[in-house]
Amino acid sequence: MSDHPAVVRPVDWGLTHGRDRALDDQIMALVRAGERVLDLGCGRGDLLLRLRMEKGIRERGIERDGGAVAEAIARGLAVVEGELGEWVGDLPADSYDLVVLNQVLPLMEDPVAVIEGALRVGRRVAVSYPNFAHWRIRMTLALAGRLPVNPALPYQWYDTPNIRLVTVADFRRLCSERGWKVTREAFVSQHGADRAEPVRTFPNLRASLALAVLEK
Amino acid sequence: MDNNVIPPPQEALAPSYPPDSVGLVATRLLTLGPERPLRLECGVELAPITVAYETYGELNTARDNAVLICHALSGSAHAAGYHGTGAHEKPGWWELMIGPGKAIDTTRWFVISSNFLGSCYGTTGPTSADPATGRPWGVRFPVFTIRDMVELQRLLLDEIGIARLLAVVGGSMGGMQALQWGISHPGRVAGVIPIAAAAGMSAQGIAFNEVGRRAIIGDPLWCGGDYTEGDPPAHGLSLARMIGHITYLSEEAMHRKFGRRRLAEGAGAAFGREFEVEDYLRAQGDKFVRRFDANTYLYLTRAMDSFDLVADHGSLQNAFAACTASFLVVSFRSDWLFPPLLSQAIVQALKRSGHDVAYANLESDQGHDSFLLPGNRLGDLLSGFLSRLHTRSRP
Repeated sequence: MSDHPAVVRPVDWGLTHGRDRALDDQIMALVRAGERVLDLGCGRGDLLLRLRMEKGIRERGIERDGGAVAEAIARGLAVVEGELGEWVGDLPADSYDLVVLNQVLPLMEDPVAVIEGALRVGRRVAVSYPNFAHWRIRMTLALAGRLPVNPALPYQWYDTPNIRLVTVADFRRLCSERGWKVTREAFVSQHGADRAEPVRTFPNLRASLALAVLEK
Repeated sequence: MDNNVIPPPQEALAPSYPPDSVGLVATRLLTLGPERPLRLECGVELAPITVAYETYGELNTARDNAVLICHALSGSAHAAGYHGTGAHEKPGWWELMIGPGKAIDTTRWFVISSNFLGSCYGTTGPTSADPATGRPWGVRFPVFTIRDMVELQRLLLDEIGIARLLAVVGGSMGGMQALQWGISHPGRVAGVIPIAAAAGMSAQGIAFNEVGRRAIIGDPLWCGGDYTEGDPPAHGLSLARMIGHITYLSEEAMHRKFGRRRLAEGAGAAFGREFEVEDYLRAQGDKFVRRFDANTYLYLTRAMDSFDLVADHGSLQNAFAACTASFLVVSFRSDWLFPPLLSQAIVQALKRSGHDVAYANLESDQGHDSFLLPGNRLGDLLSGFLSRLHTRSRP
């Protein structure tokens, strides 16, 4: 069996490390001391660990990658291996002050259901996503006719774990269609893997990453 | 307190143990007198009753660093360190995890490991003498349960002055005890860590246990349970162990270990030993006969099979309703005796009732026995979770 190439290629999550941490300061700012925070798709628990150290939160993380789960528990975090959608499904309503969906929407079979679920179990939901309408992506596609491979979307078409793409305009539209109240937005533009600058104007053109805070 | 210490054998050579071992240890025996009987679930009161236990590390002044280790079916109180100084002396069954600087770090935690009720390693059980007759209890020993084991552990903790445990840790049947601890004594335990365990055996698990019991009972030397120490139902017990051992491994691990390799001498008779795996299983069976008791095996597998938190409480969610502990649940992907789904059912129920829970389904191809073996991340998880418990339990 081991002589055959693996059917499912393991994803190199290390490639998105910089992207996944780029909005942590903005998410940290949403949390008050001692709150209950659920991080859906928490990876190795970098954000939860910081939240616990700096804000003394009661943390919970859900992650489907077994290696990342082991790493997070070894770091002393309450993380559970499981699928986000299934996990949120039968949690009691309003169990958390904040639910985090940090750069996981493009991986979801049913992102709308996941957000609805998050809104049911949390008072606030922080959603971050890569913006496919960033000007550099538009240029790459328009001029070179190539798909983007950049710090926000660091994979080739054949090895990406993302099954969906989204833009700031599309996400805002979904929120208004669904009646999700957006109480706050933040945008950054990534320069290289580990540097990001805030974006305040024309986010759909200038931001490579977006954060929206939703409330019921 | 009637506290007997079995003295470790003295040898001329200065002992040298690995630096991360607790070193030379001894099993202690504590006997609870007739004034403190253990009332079993079946209604019988057992007294006097002896518990075998070992401790490693020191209880701190805050008395908040005690960790109770629960062993599995054929385990004993001897979880870590060495009983002797001989070159071939084997360390305790969880030497891998317990010791200075190890996952269950004896420089930080006060570790208590007790031999459960009904075992044949020092604690009162079917091999003990019935005070009424002076002869071994045998199958006249009252039927006991996982809950009874926990009650005896609680009596032991009362005796040695441990009011509250930082954690209860156990694999397999030890994990069942850990779960029962969280349910029976919510105020006395901050963390519950069931590993490769279940809230109830699967039908397949019960089936294998039943085959093991039939092997023993069907052995003519079993004599209705009244065999003598020198003439036990060795064939039946050995067969039971062989069957059990298969279920503790995995197809992959067996393949890696033995493949289809044949023994060098080849099969003599038509149905003689031919493959390495056969030889290995027989050796496991024979070894077990020398260290375990057949009636005890019957009682313990029965206690394991009858453990059923759903039947006891109506649902798993109800079972955990009164729990206040944090839980770390661990399963292994290749475990087919206690499949990961059984652990996931526990996690699901804990989550629904809003409990603090962490869960990992660890990568390992070594089957149910993974928790006893190196090569997986269990140690890291235990170490991280115990530290977390300790931080959280302090104001």
